[in-house]
Amino acid sequence: MLKRLITSREALLVGAIVLLLALISSRFPGFITPANLANVFNDTSPLILLAIGQMIVILTKCIDLSVAANLALTGMVVSMVNVAAPGLPIIVILVIAIGLGTLLGMINGVLVWKLAIPPIVVTLGTMTIFRGIIFVISDGKWVNSHEMSPAFKAFPRTELLGLPVLGWIAILAVIVFTIVMTRTTLGRAFYAAGGNPHAATYAGINVGKTQFWAFTISGALAGLTGYLWVSRFAVSYVDIAGGFELDVVAACVIGGVSIMGGIGTVAGALLGALFLGIIKNALPVVDISPFWQLAISGGAIIVAVALNAQANREKGRIILKRAEQAS
Amino acid sequence: MSTTERIIPDRLRSPLEQRLKSWETLLLLVAIGIFIANSLASPYFLNAWNLSDATFNFTEKAMIAFAMALLIISGEIDLSVASIIALASTAMGAAVQMGVGTPGLVMIGLGVGLLCGAFNGVLVTRLGLPSIVVTIGTMSLFRGISYIVLGDQAFRGYPASFSWFGQGYVWWVISFEFVLFAIIAVIYAVLLHKTNFGRAVYAIGNNATGAMFSGIRVQRVKFILFLLTGLMSGVAAICLTARLGSTRPSIATGWELEIVTMVVLGGVSILGGSGTIVGVVIAAFVMGLVTFGLGLLNVPGIVMSIVIGALLIGVIALPRLWSMWRAR
Repeated sequence: MLKRLITSREALLVGAIVLLLALISSRFPGFITPANLANVFNDTSPLILLAIGQMIVILTKCIDLSVAANLALTGMVVSMVNVAAPGLPIIVILVIAIGLGTLLGMINGVLVWKLAIPPIVVTLGTMTIFRGIIFVISDGKWVNSHEMSPAFKAFPRTELLGLPVLGWIAILAVIVFTIVMTRTTLGRAFYAAGGNPHAATYAGINVGKTQFWAFTISGALAGLTGYLWVSRFAVSYVDIAGGFELDVVAACVIGGVSIMGGIGTVAGALLGALFLGIIKNALPVVDISPFWQLAISGGAIIVAVALNAQANREKGRIILKRAEQAS
Repeated sequence: MSTTERIIPDRLRSPLEQRLKSWETLLLLVAIGIFIANSLASPYFLNAWNLSDATFNFTEKAMIAFAMALLIISGEIDLSVASIIALASTAMGAAVQMGVGTPGLVMIGLGVGLLCGAFNGVLVTRLGLPSIVVTIGTMSLFRGISYIVLGDQAFRGYPASFSWFGQGYVWWVISFEFVLFAIIAVIYAVLLHKTNFGRAVYAIGNNATGAMFSGIRVQRVKFILFLLTGLMSGVAAICLTARLGSTRPSIATGWELEIVTMVVLGGVSILGGSGTIVGVVIAAFVMGLVTFGLGLLNVPGIVMSIVIGALLIGVIALPRLWSMWRAR
């Protein structure tokens, strides 16, 4: 049991993150003060939220490349709503954001489920369509900080116990989805649908419908992140979070989520996102040009996927770990 | 993903009927329709020089799309092609600063393309990694290296003889790029449809295990396809850099999606195993005509992307909706 725990992907990743932090702090002790770590976590929260949704989608053998465009579209819609009706309470804004994000995710889901179009094609298409729609509804204009209401901007920044609400939402999402993935029928269905679609069908799981729910969850999280993103950065325009979908996939792959489906945990997605987030925040501290970030995350993806492949090669896919242990 | 059922018909359709009902014929009709609509919508459309300009919208992308078509037919994909363009262009830009002449620049462009393709190929075929993840990784890596080298700067000062690759005309309105596009199309059509190698590509895409047992060196064929895709990205990098006359790290951003769209629109199955070069050629013209026509009507580029995105989903969804409706 202990050996399993130590050699697990999550433990390796925790080790890598601790090593990374130790390396940085040996030169710059200020980086690992609690206040700065809270700051880094808060900064990584959008990536964590999206990585959880993406993890679920990848589990079912799909991929969602439209998350960043979904985020940007939802962010633009809520900021325009805010400009039009500044008095609207935040809870309504949140409902609109999650609702619209869910709807956009459902569109992906229906195309994959009902028309059986390959997910990569669907989400490539919706990605460009969503970005185009932002341009059409905003006329290419920006919604700037001074146009947003103070309450709209304050929500994700309000600090509770030293961590802004944005960070708390990420923690909440990690807890909720850990429970969903490990303690519910739907969570089990995600693993089954990706691990072995044929067996899942014979076990009475509708694979297409399960994929639909995965896209729906991914969309809902992207919508929520859309509001949090535009209010935190206090600006909204066509290209916000451009290319962010690749960071999200990278976080999943680094976190040990298998692109072939069926393998992955919420903790893995969280750690993968934190790994990238720490690198991103550490680069300016250790005085490396931010232009290095793209190459580093690209290199990290390749190394991570190579390590994953080596680790998974001998083991094969195990859906019911407990049952196998028991036997 | 549902598995597609392959039904073997009792009687084959006649060649003529088959040809008339093919995806390529449908696509050709769409292309003609768009051409007519464009010439009605804008008085500036039917002009030899304007039409010649329009070809630049797709020639460079199509060169890569041909190699990508073979790769997708074999069941793999390469999303790093636009980043290979960026890296090859950056390498050529750096060489210009050191005073390398046009032949040297061309060698460097092709060489970097081949190296990048080989890198992808080794990761996919030797380490057995899924190509979509590998190339999402190298997509960041290759462009990332361009950003490290260039930052927010740009390389300029390409020699005039080099510019000819992107701006030169062979005869009247026929540009060098268009001729190159046509030659490459013929080469790939022969390679895919008339050689053993092409048969092997189809065989691998339909059943890689079966192909292996039939004596096809699956990993080697795939490696060669990654090399070819890298090489074509190098060729496109030369043309694009020569045409623009400068290199920025953001060069050709988003092209990988347009290229995949072009291939899928051309009737190549994203699941592998089927597709033709003729289809990709027509798809290239369709996309070029759509973007050029909308451009003449002053439609902004980002709105065109809605059309491209809808086209991508629509062309795959419509036949499926049609068969669902008929099955009722």
